[in-house]
Amino acid sequence: MSVETHEGVHRHPAPTGFIRKYIFSIDHKVIGIQYIMLALAAVIVGMVMSLLMRLNLSWPGTSWPILETLFPTGAPGGIMNPEFYLSLVTMHGTIMVFFVLTTAPQGGFGNYFLPIQIGAEDMAFPYLNMLSFWVTLVGFLVILLAIFVEGNQGLGEWFAALGPSFRGGSGTVGPIGGWTGYAPLSALGRVAGPGQGAGMNLWVISIAIFCVGSLLGALNFITTLLNMRTKGMSLMRMPLTCWAWFTTAVLALLSFPVLLGGGILLLLDRIAGTSFFIPGGLYVSGLLSGSNPNFPLHTGGSPILWQHLFWFFGHPEVYIAILPGMGATSHILATFARKPVFGYRAMVFAIFAIGLLGFFVWGHHMFISGMSPYSAIAFSILTLSIGVPSAVKTFNWLGTLWGSRIRFTTAMLFALGFVSLFVAGGITGLILGQSSLDLAMHDTYIVTAHFHLVMGVASIFGMFAATYFWFPKMFGRHMNEKIGKLHFWITFVGVYAIFVPMHVMGIQGMPRRYSSFGEYEFLASLHPLVVFVSVAAIITIAVQLLFYFNVFWSIFKGEKAGDNPWEATTLEWNTSSPPPHDNFAGVLPTVYHGPYEFAVPGAPKDFVMQTDIEAEVPDSNGHNGHKH
Amino acid sequence: MATMVTSTRPPATKKGAGTPPGIPGPNGNGSKRGGSFRDPESHANRYRIGMWVGLASVTMMFTSLSSAYIVRASSANDWIALPMPKVLIVSTILILASSATLELARRKLKASLPRAYTQWVVITVILGVAFLASQLFAWQQLKTWGLYLSSNPHSSFFYLLTGAHAVHLAGGLLGLVLLWLRSRWITTDDAILKKRQASADAVSIYWHFMDALWIYLFLLLFLWR
Repeated sequence: MSVETHEGVHRHPAPTGFIRKYIFSIDHKVIGIQYIMLALAAVIVGMVMSLLMRLNLSWPGTSWPILETLFPTGAPGGIMNPEFYLSLVTMHGTIMVFFVLTTAPQGGFGNYFLPIQIGAEDMAFPYLNMLSFWVTLVGFLVILLAIFVEGNQGLGEWFAALGPSFRGGSGTVGPIGGWTGYAPLSALGRVAGPGQGAGMNLWVISIAIFCVGSLLGALNFITTLLNMRTKGMSLMRMPLTCWAWFTTAVLALLSFPVLLGGGILLLLDRIAGTSFFIPGGLYVSGLLSGSNPNFPLHTGGSPILWQHLFWFFGHPEVYIAILPGMGATSHILATFARKPVFGYRAMVFAIFAIGLLGFFVWGHHMFISGMSPYSAIAFSILTLSIGVPSAVKTFNWLGTLWGSRIRFTTAMLFALGFVSLFVAGGITGLILGQSSLDLAMHDTYIVTAHFHLVMGVASIFGMFAATYFWFPKMFGRHMNEKIGKLHFWITFVGVYAIFVPMHVMGIQGMPRRYSSFGEYEFLASLHPLVVFVSVAAIITIAVQLLFYFNVFWSIFKGEKAGDNPWEATTLEWNTSSPPPHDNFAGVLPTVYHGPYEFAVPGAPKDFVMQTDIEAEVPDSNGHNGHKH
Repeated sequence: MATMVTSTRPPATKKGAGTPPGIPGPNGNGSKRGGSFRDPESHANRYRIGMWVGLASVTMMFTSLSSAYIVRASSANDWIALPMPKVLIVSTILILASSATLELARRKLKASLPRAYTQWVVITVILGVAFLASQLFAWQQLKTWGLYLSSNPHSSFFYLLTGAHAVHLAGGLLGLVLLWLRSRWITTDDAILKKRQASADAVSIYWHFMDALWIYLFLLLFLWR
């Protein structure tokens, strides 16, 4: 059989029209960029919400006239009411976790670079890939709709035509329930209070849609990696990024179906009158279950069941957010330290160990749910044992940096920032993971500080690093390094200024999710700290405008980049910048080397690309093979 | 000093054998095939791999639903056991038969008997539709007994689990119809035939899985406790 037949059968031709090329594209690179653009849009919504929360916390009672114009019922006189604040908390968490931290690292960078790094011409199922992006986008549109349905009276009334549980227009910016949507209040419908009608229905539906999109994506990632590695790309020659994306895909594949199952049960409780999560004899908003047509009779459901189902997904989800950042960090540290990743094999096993253990620790989110102390101890021990692979990773990163001459590019700075934030945020995990300590600290600001540092900001730093690192490959131009470094330093100092004081607040007992602390005398002394955090947050958020400017300016005006501007070793640097439609212009590369062969003694350059022919490396022992 | 690299073994001959045309491979091995793109076998394999991976997620979803079932059944005192609609035995026989006919179809395809393959696929589709009809009949029966989705936890789970299974099975039916439509296009192209075999394999893996899933749900719903 001729080569031409193979190509005719297996490769899709490059699209020509604008719509097929940039909108409904089946090219994994375009889809990756679409995911990143989705995350860039979603993160603005999430960031504005955190800004509003900070304004309310530090300057309570101040009138913000624009809020009254936008949300006349939620912010009468320009002052947010508590329900408005709670819906901000909910939507900030939901949008950030699902549509930023899950889409950009995995769907965005993973989609773009996994096929190239393993030497494939596309994903295994290109149409499925397109479908997973569009399904995810629909999920995002539905969650945005939840904002307007609750925020806008007219739209809320219109939705009420779908049924009593669909009534919206309660003046909030979406449902109230946190990103965890705890039952029973989330399962009751409009009777449970503002935001619990249409907003919560759309929230559940959006999450379910998002689950489906993520599942399709995960299936594609796993199949691609197992089936489409090019010749010579053995598993242990894959870049650590690929291992991270693979493990993330496995986590998504096994955890999202559980959330989907839980979401279906929750939706049935809300609109079909079942009692999966709603206990009997519930008395809510002055009504007894069964006494009102809007509050039908419920018996025997278990609210804790929802917590189990949610956190069985929820804990792996935090690794879905952070593992790609770990992969990118390893990759970037090695490249700019000009050294191989210290303990590659240990890094691979550590990624897998973190992923595996992540499935057995969900109970540490539920220490105060009334669980048996014996289960709590088991969950504690398993949780703390995640410290072991995490420490392996951290020390291997330090080992990679040890004695190296670091090239301090912006990408490298963000990767170093990732290590710093991962350690700073992870260390409080060891405190919160112990049930005895968590009983006191649960739902205080120390929890907020912990997870924001370790899964929020650290993952975002991983993505910043990835953006500055891969931008030349994706767009053929460099991002501006001066702006980049300014962006890094202010953001780096800024996030610590935001989240370190929150530890203090948490230890002093300041509860999270409260819209104001005016009634609590023991917290009054903390108010200057609250204001400090808000000022830091405003500055840090403002600096992100620099990043947006840098990205969009550099796409058109950035300094032109060569094929391998960082002198890196992996396959994406073998092809042109940006890569052609089939990634390698018709000839798939063959791999002869591990992914991080920097500073190989005797090699002509200080890096050996994965595709460099074996014979080019002189061999001191005189036989054909590696000697290091 | 960085003297350690990640791969210390010389590249395996098997994996490192293929090279771009004109460049000698490692250890003096050139490319035997000469093609730079994957062979049809590996392309076909991805259907089977993708199917197993997809089934892992289906398994997790039904695991979550059945753990909810077990927790809900054992934690409350409002559980009223459903009487079993007798028609479910017919359903079970139908789906078992459909698995058998699909396996026959797959073997006919492997033995290069496209006509017999098409026939058995069509018979499987008919059995699959009959299964769905008989499930619908079971729902109808529950309705006549006055048992609805929200009547009691057992009926809620009955409708939920059979419904979720039916939706998944309908997806399998769609796959079977696609197999049938493709089988009407006679070809001798090796690559297309391999792809066809792989998609038939993938659909039958899914179908057998749905069969086993139904048996499991049936036992869970009426024999557990």
